[in-house]
Amino acid sequence: MNIPVEYFLVLSTLLFFIGVYGFIVRKNLIGILMSIELVLNAVNINFVVFNRFLFPDKLEGFIYGLFVIIVAAAETAVAIAIIINVYRNMKNIDVNSIKELKN
Amino acid sequence: MDYTILLLAIPFLMFLIIGLLGYKMTPKFSGLLGSAGLAVVTALAYYTAYRYFLQAAEGAWETITAFNYTWLDLSNANRPDLMIQIGMLLDPISVMMLVVITTVSMMVHIYSMGYMHGEEGFQRYYAVLSLFTFAMLGLVVATNIFQMYIFWELVGVSSFLLISFYFKKPSAVRAAKKAFIVTRFADMFFLIGILILSYYTKTFDFLKLTAVDAETQQATLVFSTMGGKMFMGMSVTSIALLLIFLGGAGKSAMFPFHIWLPDAMEGPTPASALIHAATMVVAGVFLVARLFPVYYFEAPEVLHIIAYIGAFTSLFAAIIACTQTDIKRVLAFSTISQIAYMMVALGVSGYEGHDGLGFTASMWHLFTHAMFKATLFMAAGCIIHAVHSNEMDAMGGLRHHMKKTYYTFAIACFAIAGIFPLSGFFSKDEILVAAFEADKILYWCQTFVAGLTAFYMFRLFFRIFFYDEPNYEHTPHEAPANMWVPLAILSVFTIFSGWFPFSKWISANLIGYEIHTVWPIAIGSTVVALIGIGTAYFLYYKKNDIPDRIANSCKRFYTWASHRFYIDEVYLFITNKIIFGGICAAIAWFDRHIIDGFMDLLGWTTNTVSEETKEIQSGSVQQYAWVFIMGVITIVTLALYL
Amino acid sequence: MDLFSANNIIFFLLATIILVFGFLSVTTTKILRAATYLFFVLFAIAGLYLFLSYEFLAAVQLSVYAGGIVVLFVFAILLVKNLGEETEKVSFQKKLVGGIAAFAGVVVTLITAFNYGFILNETADEAVESVNMQAVGNALMGVEKYQYLLPFEASSILLLACIIGSVVVAQKNKEEKR
Repeated sequence: MNIPVEYFLVLSTLLFFIGVYGFIVRKNLIGILMSIELVLNAVNINFVVFNRFLFPDKLEGFIYGLFVIIVAAAETAVAIAIIINVYRNMKNIDVNSIKELKN
Repeated sequence: MDYTILLLAIPFLMFLIIGLLGYKMTPKFSGLLGSAGLAVVTALAYYTAYRYFLQAAEGAWETITAFNYTWLDLSNANRPDLMIQIGMLLDPISVMMLVVITTVSMMVHIYSMGYMHGEEGFQRYYAVLSLFTFAMLGLVVATNIFQMYIFWELVGVSSFLLISFYFKKPSAVRAAKKAFIVTRFADMFFLIGILILSYYTKTFDFLKLTAVDAETQQATLVFSTMGGKMFMGMSVTSIALLLIFLGGAGKSAMFPFHIWLPDAMEGPTPASALIHAATMVVAGVFLVARLFPVYYFEAPEVLHIIAYIGAFTSLFAAIIACTQTDIKRVLAFSTISQIAYMMVALGVSGYEGHDGLGFTASMWHLFTHAMFKATLFMAAGCIIHAVHSNEMDAMGGLRHHMKKTYYTFAIACFAIAGIFPLSGFFSKDEILVAAFEADKILYWCQTFVAGLTAFYMFRLFFRIFFYDEPNYEHTPHEAPANMWVPLAILSVFTIFSGWFPFSKWISANLIGYEIHTVWPIAIGSTVVALIGIGTAYFLYYKKNDIPDRIANSCKRFYTWASHRFYIDEVYLFITNKIIFGGICAAIAWFDRHIIDGFMDLLGWTTNTVSEETKEIQSGSVQQYAWVFIMGVITIVTLALYL
Repeated sequence: MDLFSANNIIFFLLATIILVFGFLSVTTTKILRAATYLFFVLFAIAGLYLFLSYEFLAAVQLSVYAGGIVVLFVFAILLVKNLGEETEKVSFQKKLVGGIAAFAGVVVTLITAFNYGFILNETADEAVESVNMQAVGNALMGVEKYQYLLPFEASSILLLACIIGSVVVAQKNKEEKR
């Protein structure tokens, strides 16, 4: 393994901010949720890479990545349930038109 | 004497009950309730007077602080006595005032049952009457000058409410406003005076303020704290005491604050009898009497000013009274004149023993005047009740129709004219003696005023009860019993109150002394009074044209006097043209453009900023996320690279 | 460093796939395509895990993400009427704003990352061993130091809560059912 650790970090950074960009520009809720998945994955890459390169004899990053995947799965399931409910009530999942909480 | 708190509590309770629940009562019940409450208070006041004067030990009269509740404690290490208290101070003058107030108020309560019968707002009238009684009693028993000021203002308010009782009449509303504003204006001086006084002495308490050192002839506290301090070339003590007197002058209608009293006659006549004849208007006299030791020892020049203002006012008001045709206004100017008499007496008074005759005479005259002037007002009320007019021209020959009123009015007229053996003779005589001993000019002036008094009172008397009878639409009838009985009671007081040993009871230094009638002066004043009565008889007993010819011969002076020397117009000119038109216009411009402009700018700025920034709260999650991320980036950058 | 060693080729290939498809998935106008691109990204990340010799994690990534979540997304898109066909136009202003935020973040993060100076563990370079499954099992099933039974159980409760919550939230109202 002779690829410097910084390369992985560049990769995860770019992926993270692609996710952030998506979160800001996406209009519909499912798109926003996908962007969040990208962000989570970027973070996951970081955990795993640090574990591999800095502490190869331990499993912290590995386990943490595992839990992130579990939590992300749970979160996505709930979020999609909410989105479907919102759609059912409003016939719309455009984020700009959902401002009920504002008032 | 703990029970004395009831003297204040009962009228106040009556005010609350009748004021708040009056609309549920029948008018008659509310009147009876108010009268019953006041009857208890009157009984208590008489009992207090009895215990105080007749059961006391020999020697100086003690001053009893029946209770003293600290209401507002402003004290600290530097000023241990500066606190505002509400309490009851019993000393000869306050006990005497208790008797005066409760007696007149009681009579007015009974009288009003007849006089105000069937009026709209009967219950309100009784409620305010109770409030007034409460306030006036609180004023005279005040233990400190601040409590006096509080009740002073309460008295002013109830006076306002009673003058404007017929609030549907524009003239009554105007009169009430005038009375309130003029007295309020004077009260401002009073307040400033209080503040100056208490700033130096660091106390409000009357007992501390009036404490006197007999050897050094000084009012100890005032001298030690204020003595020798000057401001703008005048001694601070004099300024403070003069300002306090100006407050008293406002309430007591001394020149130049007298203008409100004649107009205040717009109120119901019994209320005028109580407030604008017997009790409230003497508050100024009472105030000066209360602080008399301070005036006498620390600011004798202010006492001189008081004496001369009093003399001028009494002369001035007496002259005007001769020309008025509204009977209540004649009585109003007479009241001003008589109160000024009391002021003169205070102004010429000394302190110890027989020197303090002026003080005694002043309080005595206050007492007798309250009785006979209340009688006169109530009798006038009976007459107005009978002929439905205030004007003399609508009256005449009433002695045949209203016998009881006629007799009581006659007694009161003889009393105010100072005819032996009625009460006015004694009290007025002592004032003249005091003036004679102090200042001859004042003596001659007051003697002349005594003659004028006799003249205008008997002018009134003859015009009402003799003269030619006009054609009455309804034949005048005697007033009902609940109106003439109080009159009769008061005239009994009027006859006999001259024989009370006042000098034993009331004196400046609280030690009783003997007085004796000085016959030359007494005879002199009686002769002057008889001349006045004779002139009035000559001019007004039967209809003739002499009064008109006299008026025509000095037409200009007569016109001036009958227009009250145009003082009201001077006031209007000063307030409207100079203050409102000149000074206030500039202030108003400044207020409207600078102050308001600044406020508008603040409002406009806030409005604009919020209009601009309300977009922040868009409810758009993505905008929030963007701000959040930029914030995180900024903070991280700052944390790492700064 | 040999530019065209197998390691390099695999890494750059995976990195390119991740970035290109990641970018496409947030910029494409059709939501169904975005889901597809997301699937590719997740797949490539699983490859990255394999590349780092974490076979178990790669398997989890594939089964949970690529197999579960993406399918969930696709279902949701298809459940929401017309969403599959709709295109969305993003205003330039919004792109600019998002771009600024992303760019600023990238710059700050990369500067920091390159300046940090990581202390690498040299053993990692020599022996790239796959993680022993027994070690993973031990780590998850113990309460000692470096063992994670408690989070494991917590996540199981979380998943249970999610199942119930999703059912309740997505359920139609009882009134509507009748």
